[in-house]
Amino acid sequence: MPELMQFLMSGVTVGAVYALVALGFTIIYNASDVVNFAQGEFVMLGGMMTVFGYAAGLPLPVAALVAILATAAIGVALNKLAIEPARGAPVVSLIIITIGASIFIRGVSQVVFGKQLHRFPAFSGDAPIPVLGATILPQSLWVIAGALAIFVGLWLFFTRTLTGRAVLATANNRMAAQLVGINTRYVMSLSFALSAAIGALAGVLVTPITLVSYDIGISLALKGFAAAMLGGMGNPKGALAGGLLLGLMEALTAGYISSQYKDAAAFVVILGVLFFMPQGLFGTKTTERV
Amino acid sequence: MRLSTKAVTLLVLSLVIAVAPLFFPSTFYYRVGSLIFINGLAVTGLVILIGYAGQISLGHAGFFGIGAYACALAPAHLGLHPVLAAVLGAVLSGVVAYVVGKPILRLKGYYLAVASLGFGVLVAMVLANEAWLTGGPDGIAVADPGLRALLRGFGVDLSNAQFWYGFCGLVLVLGAWLALNLYHSPTGRALRALHGSEVAARTVGVDVARYKLNAFVISAVYASVAGSLLALQNRLVTPDMAGFMHSIEMVTMTVLGGAASVPGAILGAAILTALPQVLTVFQEYEQLMLGLVMMLVMIFMRQGLLPSLARLLRGRGG
Repeated sequence: MPELMQFLMSGVTVGAVYALVALGFTIIYNASDVVNFAQGEFVMLGGMMTVFGYAAGLPLPVAALVAILATAAIGVALNKLAIEPARGAPVVSLIIITIGASIFIRGVSQVVFGKQLHRFPAFSGDAPIPVLGATILPQSLWVIAGALAIFVGLWLFFTRTLTGRAVLATANNRMAAQLVGINTRYVMSLSFALSAAIGALAGVLVTPITLVSYDIGISLALKGFAAAMLGGMGNPKGALAGGLLLGLMEALTAGYISSQYKDAAAFVVILGVLFFMPQGLFGTKTTERV
Repeated sequence: MRLSTKAVTLLVLSLVIAVAPLFFPSTFYYRVGSLIFINGLAVTGLVILIGYAGQISLGHAGFFGIGAYACALAPAHLGLHPVLAAVLGAVLSGVVAYVVGKPILRLKGYYLAVASLGFGVLVAMVLANEAWLTGGPDGIAVADPGLRALLRGFGVDLSNAQFWYGFCGLVLVLGAWLALNLYHSPTGRALRALHGSEVAARTVGVDVARYKLNAFVISAVYASVAGSLLALQNRLVTPDMAGFMHSIEMVTMTVLGGAASVPGAILGAAILTALPQVLTVFQEYEQLMLGLVMMLVMIFMRQGLLPSLARLLRGRGG
């Protein structure tokens, strides 16, 4: 039993990170119909820049804030320089552009930050807290709490603020949103900034546990995408549920089946979801217009 | 007599392959050449899938890996000749592509991309983890196919690099010829029709699902043969042949040159294969450059290099 508990703990921690990546996908997908395969790089950049800011002598919270803002700026740049000029391009082109962006960011990070693993100290120490026979790191609690805070914050933003509603309106129908005076270009940039900032925050929260290196982005992006699809593409609630489920499945696979095939869980999930319920857990069925 | 575009393409391709060695300063270039032909072959298969049929696959390195590992494992465990092992690999890839393609080709766009990617990653993961069979991450050796010795029996004595340059070049020309033939065949027309609009294709009686599956299987066989060639030439196979990055590279080569054109895609393969070999100084910047090229080409030359250049030469109105 303590064993299972331990797996669940680590599953929820990792799942919270996947949920945040999936949420980032969801925001950009809703605003622009683009699946941003560079989403995982935002997580890497958040963690990486915090490491270097902290090493340069900034206090940890300041370093984290700088990293998150810088990543958000990179997100906006990605939108302005690569996504907006390709508006209307076929899906294949958009896939290659965002994968290209992901490889580019990774290549730059490799040159700038080097190939080593990096970390900075956990926010409240490394002493494990015993829970029901298992233990959990204080940093895991930070990750889980951070993810929950972001989901609540975003929910408030989208339902209670005018800007948030403008984003939702754009997601719903771009043309109609433009007609009622919403600046959809601004909404696009805002979505990329938000999505990048959320990714970066996930990176800041999880780096003390998993460490960060220049090449972690791709696998995070793929798993985040699997989580988003599991929950139903474009649905924030789905992103949360999908992320947590995927994290749990991975932890249980690693614990009971084989740690080598832990990463396979995500892809088996992707294929399973696509075959049996393409609209995901919370998605709605759509038909294509001719 | 006017030659068809197909004949001109094949002639130019054969001429380039035959004449290029005259300008090679060292044998190293034979090696680069045969790598270009191998990638060119895999990419020609992707032209059929991406360029003709308009379907994407981010998992074709999986088939490349199946072809490569067939050449390593079938001779060792089944006692098959390495060349027959390549044929077995191609058949196996075709069957796997059929089984995997049937469900996933119902998907479109992002979903198809990710499903195919998932397939590729799973293949690479099995190859890396099942060390008892595949030798794990370090890879496994491949037996000598004995083709060079056979040629020597006929009095033609080529160095290893020269032989593989010629052999891979031959297979590439053959592959290009088949792909160009396909373009104007009923199957090719059906594929291009469903690329334009699946609904329209269906209303004129094209069995969309079947033709998509055909294109997927054909491109998988191309990738598998390319993988076998690389395995036989290198005498070593490793799991990154089937890896995610290799799938991405193959798709990038295809669209860089021009996804809808066989010569364009081979040009794309040539550029992306040769650049890292020639510019080893920039090894550290390889990923950075690859990503940049992917973005720039897709933003500014959506048709790919060759078609965009061709249009430029004909004048903007053309």
